[in-house]
Formats: sequence, C-alpha cells, structure tokens
Amino acid sequence: MTADATIAEICIAACSDTYRESGELMAHAVGTIPTIGARLAKLTHNPDLVLSDGEAFMMSEPPPLGKSAAGGGIIEGWAPFRRVFDIVATGRRQSMMGASQIDRYGNQNISLIGDWNKPKRQLIGVRGAPGNTANHRVDYWVSRHSARLFVESVDMVSGVGNDRARAAGPSMRFHHLGVIVTNLAVLGYDDDGRVTVLSIHPGVDPQEVVDNTGFALDVEGAPLTRVPTAEELRLIREVLDPRGGRTREVQN
Amino acid sequence: MPDKRIGLTEAISSIESGMTIGIGGWGSRRKPMAAVRELLRSDVTDLTVVAFGGPDVGLLVAAGKVRKLIYGFVSLDSIALDPLFTAARERGELEISEYDEGMFVTGLRAAASRLSFLPTLAGLGSDVMAANPHLKTIASPYSDDEYVAVPATPLDVALIHVNRSDSGGNAQFLGPDPYFDDLFAMAATRTFVTTERIVETEDLLDEGSFHTLMLSRMYVTGVIETPNGAHFTTCEPDYGRDEAFQKHYAASAKDPESWRAFVHEFLSGDEAGYHEAVARFHAVQEKK
Repeated sequence: MTADATIAEICIAACSDTYRESGELMAHAVGTIPTIGARLAKLTHNPDLVLSDGEAFMMSEPPPLGKSAAGGGIIEGWAPFRRVFDIVATGRRQSMMGASQIDRYGNQNISLIGDWNKPKRQLIGVRGAPGNTANHRVDYWVSRHSARLFVESVDMVSGVGNDRARAAGPSMRFHHLGVIVTNLAVLGYDDDGRVTVLSIHPGVDPQEVVDNTGFALDVEGAPLTRVPTAEELRLIREVLDPRGGRTREVQN
Repeated sequence: MPDKRIGLTEAISSIESGMTIGIGGWGSRRKPMAAVRELLRSDVTDLTVVAFGGPDVGLLVAAGKVRKLIYGFVSLDSIALDPLFTAARERGELEISEYDEGMFVTGLRAAASRLSFLPTLAGLGSDVMAANPHLKTIASPYSDDEYVAVPATPLDVALIHVNRSDSGGNAQFLGPDPYFDDLFAMAATRTFVTTERIVETEDLLDEGSFHTLMLSRMYVTGVIETPNGAHFTTCEPDYGRDEAFQKHYAASAKDPESWRAFVHEFLSGDEAGYHEAVARFHAVQEKK
C-alpha cells in the first residue's frame, strides 16, 4: 500500500532517483531528506554508492541519522576535508546542496542577500558551490518552494547555472545540473538550460507551483511525481528514519 | 633538537600590526583559541586574517583587529553563522576576499610551493570572480581550457592548535581530521603551535599511529602548552565542542549590551582567568 506516502517520503524517493545513473561515486547530501535519499539509493538501486558521515569518513554502513562515524556505522575509508577537495576535482562525486536563491538558469546563491559590499543579510558564503558545480553533477533540495527563493536573478552566483557555464567555455565541460527537488515538484532544465517542471507531487495544485516561482514556469501537462514503492516506504520508515527526522524539513 | 617552548604572551607579542595571519582549524573545530584570546589582549591591529573561519574570526573582527579577511566560509558548525562576523559584514566595514573552499586551499598550496598562483576549475562562471576583481584566469598552454589562477596566500605567521607536540615542534593530530594545519604552517614564514600537551619525542606514538605525525618541526617556530587551548571549539579526541558555551557566545554576540557583558566576564583577564570564568559559567548552568 503506497497511497499514504507523505510529501517528505515522495521527496526522499526523488532524491534517491538522482543516483540512478551515478554508479560508484561519493554522494554528498546537505539536509535530512537528501541524506535519507542517498541512503535509500544505496539500499535499493545503487549499492555501489559511496556514502560519507558528513565529516571525515566514508561509510559502508552509515551512522544513525544526524550522527558522525563516532555514533556508529561501518567505516570503509578516510576522507578528511582535504581529500574531499581532491575527490571534487576528480569528478567522482555528486552533490545535493541547499539554496537561498535559484534563478531560471539554475544559478544558485547561498552567500548573501543584497549588495556584496554591504549585504542586507550575510549568509554562509559560497562554500564549495563554485567548485562543486565546475566539477561534477549538482542537484538542489528546496524544502520550501517559494517566489522568494526562485527569483529572476540571484544576488550572488555561488553555484554556477547553465547560462554562466556555457559562457565560461570548454573548461566548464564537467558542469552538470541534475534536478531540483522541492516540497511541491521536481524541476529540471530544458535544452536551453532553463528551469522546467519534470513532475508535480501528488496532491499539489499545479497553480501553487506557478504562484510560488518568481519566474515563468509551464506546468501544462506535467506528470505526477512517482510515489515510493512499498519497499522504499518500509526502508524509510523502519530502517533509515524511524524517528521521523524527515518531518522536520517537510511537515506533511 | 632545538627546544622551542615559549610563553603564549611572548609568542603573540612577536606579531606586528599589519601582518597576514593564518589561523588553522575549520569552522568551530580545533581552533587555536588560546592564541586568538592572546591576540585580543594585545594591541595588534590592521591584520589580514586567513582562515576557514569560526569564532576566531568573529572575535578578532569584533575586537577591531582585522583590516582584511580572506576566507572559505565563516561558521560555528552547530550554529550556522557567527553573529559577530555577519554583523561586521552587514555594517559594510570589512574588507574581504570570499573564496570557494577549494580555491582557498589552492591559494595556501601555491604559497606552500612558493608559486605565485595555481590553476583550478573552482570559481569559473561564479560571482567569486566578480566579487574578487584581483582574480585572473589563465589559458592552458596545452588545450583550449582557461583556468582560475588562484593567487598564493603567503602568511607572515600561522597559528595552529594540536593534540600533542614535542618541545621541538613535531606536532600530532589525534582527531579524525587534520584540517589544513600543516598547509598553513608550510605557507607561513613563522608558525606557533599551541598544544594540549607537550610530550617526549619517544612518546609521540603512544596515542596515535605514525600517520598522525603530519607536521614536522622544520615548519614550527614556537611551541606553547595550552591545555583546553581550543575551547570552546572541538579538539577531538581530547574533548568535544562546548556547545552550551558556544550558544552563550552566539546569543551574547547578537546584542551590544550582552556582548559587553560577555567580554567583561570572559575576555578581560588572562588565559587562566578565562578558564575560571568558563568553569563558573558551567557551575551556574548546572544549578539551573
């Protein structure tokens, strides 16, 4: 019985699906739902995926959700931060990052809001977003799809979008934006690199997606996002997240 | 082997205004906080600070010690943002170079290799280029590629905190991540190592394998024994982060009046006075 899957669980399955073509590489997931998604991928369609504890270790069996390797699991490798940058440069990695702003070409901002010299709000900084987007596939996770987040143009390009990557020339040939999983929909990119709708979650009014996106989006004929299988739901609820950490990012 | 033991005050007093100071650790992890507190007590100013920033950056910025900040990020880890740093940014008073984390490491690697730059893909197409107009790209002589030429970040002084060291400066990291501390030391003209404990050289392998001996005395100018010297950041496996105290720091930092009280209570005396005040803080917390 899968009809009772929550939006959080649908999002987890969509995050898991980002690893279907990846093969044996390191999954980097920021946020609870992307973390569960990567673990679900490893337990189902991509057993070769390399997971990390979010700190210094690669895990063949991950620690309990939210804990580092000190909290349990099985360590299979050592990846202190310096090694992570080496791995990024080899391209054997795939990221699902968060975003404070995303524009119609997938440019992402996590650095600041407002002006560079005197920001209205200083956020976390560009962190690894420029390097990630220059080197390997990057997907985004948005727990609250809103017109404040999906904007006409971002205040600072941290993660490089498709238009910028194209303009930067052949050195950006490893640039690959995958999908954007939100609490309302799964978004992708068209041939021109513009954000499009791939699917809308069951129970979500397509107009809600349009109203909460700060640039034009065609929702006509968008299919429904797939619902997790019974086995996926069992893994999410009983194995990966028995304490319901996922509901802290998406309530329903 | 030379004996490089030195007092904290003596070490820090050799730092002059206007210098470029690299600070090891990462975010709110194994930061040389005792050395940072000693910098706060000094009259040094006009520093260029190079760091994967945490409360070290917040404290130095709030104390008016920093002219320019070169960073990969500034975070308290368990608390996303350092309020002292974000407030300084939002007042528009801080000169900065914000780099991608990997670019930041590339700049240190260039300095450690005595190169003026190293090429990388990180930064291409992003606003890191626009925000740092000094950054240039370089064409590959072998292909059609164009890379970011990350300028070297040479340091006058590096400050790092380690788990163990001998008196000659052979330093040992016992935690899960050495961060970039050896690289900071190699990019610096002088490096001061604060350590939880100074041990005999023949005892260095008692607590960790030879892999943990990542920083040779060749790169170390002075060694200072500062137990609990990374407080309130992590210093695994000796101790974890003092989360209660970090929360108190972050909450105090959000309001000028409570920040003055914090400075008065914790940062107005010597290092021993700091640890006594922290002990008093925890005694009060336990009674609550």
